Amino acid sequence: MVDVFMNERFIGTVENAKEFIKQIRSERRKGVLPLELNFYHDQDYDEVYLDTTTGRARRPLIVVENGKSKLTEKHIEDVKSGAVTWDKLVKEGIIEYVDAAEEENCYVALSEEDLTKEHTHLEISPVVILGLCTSLIPYSNFGGSSRLIRGSKIQKQALGLYASNFLLRMDTDVNVLHYPQKPITKTFMHDIWGWEKHPSGQNIVIALMSFEGYNMEDSIIISKASVDRGFARSTYFKPFSAEELRYQGGLVDEICIPDKEVKGYKSEKDYRLLEEDGIVFTGAKVKDEDVIIGKVSPPRFLGEFEEFNIATNVKRESSVALTHGENGIVDMTLITENEDGNRLVQMRLRQQRIPEVGDKFASRHGQKGVISYLVPIEDMPFTASGIVPDIIFSPHGIPSRMTVSHLIEIVAGKVGALSGQYIDGTTFNAMPEKELRKMLRELGFRESGVEAMYNGIDGREFKARIYVGNMYYLKLKHMVANKLHARATGKIQLLTRQPIEGRSQGGGLRLGEMEKDCFVAHGASLLLKERFDSDKTLVFVCEECGMLGVYDSFKNKEYCTKCGANVGVSVVEMSYAFKLLLDELKSLCVYPKLVLGRKY
Amino acid sequence: MLLGLLERYWENKMLPQHLIAKVEDYSKKYKISDKDQKEILKRVEEIYNKAKISPGESIGVITAESFGEPSTQMTLNTFHFAGVAEMNVTVGLPRLIEIFDARKRPSTPRMEIPIKSKYSRTVEAVREVAMKIKETKLGDIAQEISINIAKATIEIVLDKKKMRDLDIKPKLVLDKIAEGLKSVDVKDNDSSVILKSKEKEISLSEVYKLKEKAKSIHIRGLQGVTHVLPVKGDDGNYIIHCAGSNLKDALLLEEAEKERIMTNDIFEISDVLGVEAARAAIINEANKVIKDQGIDIDIRHVMFLADVMTRSGTVKGVTRTGIVGEKESVLARASFETPIKHIVNASLVGEKDNLNSVVENVIINQPVPLGTGLPGLIAKMKKD
Repeated sequence: MVDVFMNERFIGTVENAKEFIKQIRSERRKGVLPLELNFYHDQDYDEVYLDTTTGRARRPLIVVENGKSKLTEKHIEDVKSGAVTWDKLVKEGIIEYVDAAEEENCYVALSEEDLTKEHTHLEISPVVILGLCTSLIPYSNFGGSSRLIRGSKIQKQALGLYASNFLLRMDTDVNVLHYPQKPITKTFMHDIWGWEKHPSGQNIVIALMSFEGYNMEDSIIISKASVDRGFARSTYFKPFSAEELRYQGGLVDEICIPDKEVKGYKSEKDYRLLEEDGIVFTGAKVKDEDVIIGKVSPPRFLGEFEEFNIATNVKRESSVALTHGENGIVDMTLITENEDGNRLVQMRLRQQRIPEVGDKFASRHGQKGVISYLVPIEDMPFTASGIVPDIIFSPHGIPSRMTVSHLIEIVAGKVGALSGQYIDGTTFNAMPEKELRKMLRELGFRESGVEAMYNGIDGREFKARIYVGNMYYLKLKHMVANKLHARATGKIQLLTRQPIEGRSQGGGLRLGEMEKDCFVAHGASLLLKERFDSDKTLVFVCEECGMLGVYDSFKNKEYCTKCGANVGVSVVEMSYAFKLLLDELKSLCVYPKLVLGRKY
Repeated sequence: MLLGLLERYWENKMLPQHLIAKVEDYSKKYKISDKDQKEILKRVEEIYNKAKISPGESIGVITAESFGEPSTQMTLNTFHFAGVAEMNVTVGLPRLIEIFDARKRPSTPRMEIPIKSKYSRTVEAVREVAMKIKETKLGDIAQEISINIAKATIEIVLDKKKMRDLDIKPKLVLDKIAEGLKSVDVKDNDSSVILKSKEKEISLSEVYKLKEKAKSIHIRGLQGVTHVLPVKGDDGNYIIHCAGSNLKDALLLEEAEKERIMTNDIFEISDVLGVEAARAAIINEANKVIKDQGIDIDIRHVMFLADVMTRSGTVKGVTRTGIVGEKESVLARASFETPIKHIVNASLVGEKDNLNSVVENVIINQPVPLGTGLPGLIAKMKKD
């Protein structure tokens, strides 16, 4: 007696579980039972589970009976000619969908040659062990799994043509690569996924060598000439929006050029680009703190001061402006209404991004790096035939990471570029390395991919042969222009008087606990004090009671609120945070008495 | 002249004694002339002075950083002995934290007992010693322990074969049971032992409790040593690695080389051998972790930390209940952990903070009394 559960609910028992499973399986394959049905025989507890619920991940497998695949050559021919569709194969029980539970009862062969009598299913293709992104990596069976994972993640960050209608869209924080290309070394996934419709990356010439020590620790060197000719240029789009909000009492925001009487009026210069409707014209070059959408709002608190105020209708400035350091060109303006019926102005800012020191690049093999130097073309090394590499990559990035696929792609790309063909780098099924070597030799190059190169600075030949070739490189969305930040002085927090945090608000860079320890370890005591001076204050301390005193600017005299004016009051320099601590201790009824002494 | 020069160095405390002794040794060995010796001493003194720590050097922070930075690179948290699944050892960062926090028991207590060569000749002899060390409980040698509900007695059937293997006499078992369970009468019934409570009325649950207690009666071996593994040492004599530690009893073993017994339980060492031994144990244990992680930390950092941990006469960890809690400054203590507790307690007794150390001065934004912040300039004004 074996218990049977249907959708997690007990529905009855069967005598022979194996026979029962066999029966419903054949019924499902015949199409008598629904295709959504999956079953699972738990051998440990001897229970049978049937499941037709939604939300289960299922995957297709080829059915195998008696060690033979049910998908025959004829089926494949029919699929090719269009006589048979996928749905029909599923209906006929040649392919079936299996869920996670049923998979436990299956014995799946990876390829047809491996099939034995015990097998129940056959994988459609061995490459299904890889996901979409991983199967985009050429020669990935030559790379380590950890690097493949990194490579897959990196490809998602690559700039490209993310959507064909990007000009009509108002996406936040998007980039479009100029002149994206198809990779020379591609995989089957590039073909079936329609990679040429949304490519991301460019084919470049890469040399594995060091150059003046500028490519240490994963930094890469790029030829200035390549950049000037348009390598890895991209456009960055950023949207802004302003809405005419409605408030209580029939008051409304107004998108216009703010009046000079408006509270919080900036300066005339900031509004100079606004047209009559209060919106910057399309194509305007805006920068720093320019207002791009002028807007005024009604006062925040109505009523109380109205009768005393002569100008009753003092409005508030609430324009949309760029933050410090931002610049760009107004690309598109959209004036519409939102779902509440309020007037809505949306604006898209466009910036051209030319590769600069600090931008992040990567190959498809998890080899990422940051530009450290843009080399003038005259200083770049060149090969005997006059080829100048676009990127110089450090050889130290290879041994410890063992990204052999990276090295093979360079040779494959070289062969492809020289012979004018795409190279298939599909996992397990790629053009073999031997073949690549043979082709390279036939093309008149060393089969190992190395070439004699000359130093661009003094013209001498390098003693070592340099590994050069072509590969597909990706520009990643992490660009310095979005991250660069520094400040001398700026906004502070109201409570602690310490600098605020965050780049977007122009905050300070925190000198944290461990950084403080470094100063202490170096004995740089006075420098440390200077660093922490950001919230320095002068306070008046009563010499009698040790509490904080008060300064009366009217009488130009300081006194203690507790001990009166006839006690000594000293000026003491301390951090505002400590003053705050003293106040907080007092609020807890703890008396923090400061005992003053002479410093010298 | 020769002695005179060395003596002068010694008298004026220009060099430590062992350095002078070494120079003297080498001078005799290589027949170094007085002139050369003078030059050597000059150089040695120069190097020695260079190695001295300058006043105001923040050795505490440097020690902390020296441990902190490399410990982020530590990998592998346990180490397994081949073949024995239960005998794993905590190593790496968790072990380092354990040592410096001065936990009462290591998470994996371990002991190494070297066997005297007399007992180390054959494998059988070593195994015998090992079996003597391993703790045997009554439950280990009993074939069956059952309760007779009607008579309210416990019947223990002993495993004769196991007892023969372990060389345990039935007499010993009976004695140990009598010693361990004072409230029962022990009756030897040929093949089994019958326990009967001395009290007339006894409830069944109490009999059950008695049974559980009987199972864990210590028969032989070192209490706490759950596994033993003899390993042949470099000198050919065996060392018995034990999971579980019992230094006190191990020192009573006849077969053990008492001077070389090792345990990783620092508190046990402190209890049995005193605080100086505990200090050495902290240094050894911390160094062991550092060494097998392939990290290079200067021994003086380890020694310094061990000194600070043991300076009060007992082992204290780097925790708020240990050495951090003993800091003089209220603000320094409050800035570590549980600030409210420290401030409230300080206010109850009216504690005074003299602002002598680093953290307090960072809080009030004054130069910390270290490095360039330590010395002060005093200008003497002429009095008119």
